Amino acid sequence: MTTSEATAPAAPVAKKGPNAIGITIFVLLLFALPLLLPVVLPLLGGIITLKPNFMIFQLTLVIIYAIAILGLNIVTGYNGQFSLGHGAFYAIGAYTAAILMDKLDCPYWLTIPISGVVCLVVGFLFGLPALRLQGHYLALATFALALAVPQLLKYNHIEWLTGGVQGIVIIKPDPPFGIKAINADQWLYYLALVVACIMFWLAINLIRGRLGRAMIAIRDHPIAAEVMGINLTVVKSMAFGISAAYTGVAGALGAIAIAFVAPDSFTIFLSISFLVGLVIGGLASISGAIYGGIFIQFIPNVADAISKAAPWAIYGLFLIAAVYVMPTGAAGLIKQWQAKRRAAKQ
Amino acid sequence: MNGAQEALLSVRGVSVRFGGIRALDGVSFDVEKGRIVGLIGPNGAGKTTLFNCLSRLYEFQEGEIRYEGRSLVEVPRHGIASLGIGRTFQNLALFRTMSVVENVMVGGHCRTSTGYIANMLRLPSVKAEEAQLRAKAEELVRFLRLEHVAELPVGGLPFGYQKRVELGRGLISDPKLLLLDEPAAGLNHEELDDLGRTIMDIRDRLGVTVLLVEHHMSLVMSISDKVVALDFGQKIAEGTPAEVQNHPDVIRAYLGTG
Ligand SMILES: Nc1ncnc2c1ncn2[C@@H]1O[C@H](COP(=O)(O)OP(=O)(O)OP(=O)(O)O)[C@@H](O)[C@H]1O
Ligand SMILES: [Mg+2]
Repeated sequence: MTTSEATAPAAPVAKKGPNAIGITIFVLLLFALPLLLPVVLPLLGGIITLKPNFMIFQLTLVIIYAIAILGLNIVTGYNGQFSLGHGAFYAIGAYTAAILMDKLDCPYWLTIPISGVVCLVVGFLFGLPALRLQGHYLALATFALALAVPQLLKYNHIEWLTGGVQGIVIIKPDPPFGIKAINADQWLYYLALVVACIMFWLAINLIRGRLGRAMIAIRDHPIAAEVMGINLTVVKSMAFGISAAYTGVAGALGAIAIAFVAPDSFTIFLSISFLVGLVIGGLASISGAIYGGIFIQFIPNVADAISKAAPWAIYGLFLIAAVYVMPTGAAGLIKQWQAKRRAAKQ
Repeated sequence: MNGAQEALLSVRGVSVRFGGIRALDGVSFDVEKGRIVGLIGPNGAGKTTLFNCLSRLYEFQEGEIRYEGRSLVEVPRHGIASLGIGRTFQNLALFRTMSVVENVMVGGHCRTSTGYIANMLRLPSVKAEEAQLRAKAEELVRFLRLEHVAELPVGGLPFGYQKRVELGRGLISDPKLLLLDEPAAGLNHEELDDLGRTIMDIRDRLGVTVLLVEHHMSLVMSISDKVVALDFGQKIAEGTPAEVQNHPDVIRAYLGTG
C-alpha cells in the first residue's frame, strides 16, 4: 500500500455540518411567531380556538421542554446512559430559580445560568458514583432520584425555604426596558427562545468536537474508547453534569414562565415524559429535541380533546402509532425523507 | 543489526490466570525499537491476553511489563494511548455509528486537549485543533485507501475495510509501539501482500515499532525481524523467523501433538 491509487469516489458525499440556511429561516420564523399568531389564528376560522396569548404560553413550554430533552439527549442519546431521573434536575433548576427570586430578590434572568451551574454540579456529583453502575442499574438509581426529590422538597425542616407542599409563587416578569410593544407572555416566549438558541448552539458545538466524539465513542464501544485514551469517568460524569445543567436551565425557565413551583409538578411522570419526548423526537439528534418538546406539550392536550374519559389511553395510542411510523424518531423520519428527495433530484 | 538494541517494551515473567486457566504463564520477551516482532501460537495460546495486559484491560497476577523503562502497572487504562502504545483488536472494536474519518479522529483523542468550555464555544483554538486532526485523519484514510468510504458509517462496511479503519485509528496518535491483533484475518492473497507492505511501511516511513499477532505464517515470517511463539500461555520459542519456524516445540504445537 505504497501509493494511494485514487479510487473512484462513487459513494455519496455525506452532508457536512448543519444546514445553515434552513436553520436561520427556522429561527427567524420562530422569532416572528408571536407577532404572526394574533393575525393568523383568526384567519384559521375557529380550527384552533385558543387565545393567541395562551398559544404563545404553550409554545414557550414547548421550547422549555425542548431544552430539557436536548439535555437528556446529551447523556442518553449521545453518551448511551439511561436516565429516568431528569425530572429531578428540572425540579432542582426550578426551585433554585424560585428560591433565588423569592428569598434573595435575584433578578429572574440571572437565576437561569445559576440554576444551570447548580444542576451541573449536582449532576456531576451524582454521576460520579452512579456511572459505575451499568445500564439498567443506572436507570434504577436515577429513578430513585426522581422519586426522592419531590418528597425532599416537601420535607418539614426546609419548608421555610421551599414552601413545603404549597410551593413558591413567583412574580411573572414584564418585558424589560418598559417595552410596551409585547406583553408578558410574548416576552417570556422570546426569553425562552433566546436561551434555547444559545443552548442548542452550545450543544451542536459540543457534539461535533473531540469531546462529543468521545461521548459517542463511549456509547458505541466503551473499551475501545478507553484504549483510545478517553477517560471514561470524566467524560461520562461530565455528560451527566452537562445534561443535568440543560435540564436545570429548562426548569428555571419553566418556573419563571409558570410563575409557580410546587413539588407535585415534578413527579416521576415528568421524567418519563422527557424520555418519551427523547425517543419520539429522535435519539442522538439535536433537532429531535424540538419534535419531542412538541409531542409532550401538545399530544396530552389533543388526547384530552379527543376523549375526556380516557385521555391516557388515547395518548398511549399516539405513542404506539408514533413508534410504529417513526422507529428512529421524528428526526429520523425527516432525515429519511430528505435523503429520498435528494436522491430523486439526482 | 541484531546487536545491542534498546528494548522499547520488556515483558518479564507475566502470568495471567482466569479461574483455573493459566492464560499466560511466566512469559518474558523484549520488543526492540524499530522492529517488527511477530507473536504466534495456536488458538488459545494467550496472544490476545498479552495484548490486553499491555492495554491494561487485564490485570496480571505475576511479573512486570516495562515500556520505555517504566512499569505499566502505574498507568491507568486511558493513559496507555498517550504513552505511545496504539492497538487494533482481533474482533473489531469500532465506533459503528461514526464515519470512517471520525473513527480515525477518535484515535487522536489523546493528542488533543481542548476542554469543555472551549469546545462548547467552539473557540478558534478548537477550530484549529479540529482542522489539524481532520487533515491528519484524511491523510491516513488516503494512506489506507479508504477515501471513497471516508464519510460513511463504519458499521455497514465490509470486514476488510473495518480492519483498515482500526489500523488508521491506531496510527493517528503517532504511536511508538503498535499492537496488531490478527490484522490479516479475512483477507485474500492479494490483500495479504498489500498488508505486509503496509506494515513494513508503517515501520519504515512512520518509524513505528510493531508487535504483530498473526496466524498467517507466510506473512509473519516474511516481515518479522523476530518471532516469539506461545503455547498454552508459555513461551516455547524466540528467535529469527527461520529459527522459530524450525523449532521442534513450535512444530509440535502446531501439529497438535505433545
Ligand atoms: N476474559 C477471559 N476470561 C476467561 N478466560 C479467558 C479470558 N480471555 C482469555 N481467556 C482464556 O485465556 C486463554 C488464552 O486466550 P487468548 O484469547 O489470549 O488466546 P489467543 O492466543 O489470542 O487465541 P486466538 O488465536 O484464538 O485469538 C484461552 O483459554 C481463553 O479461553
Ligand atoms: Mg487472540
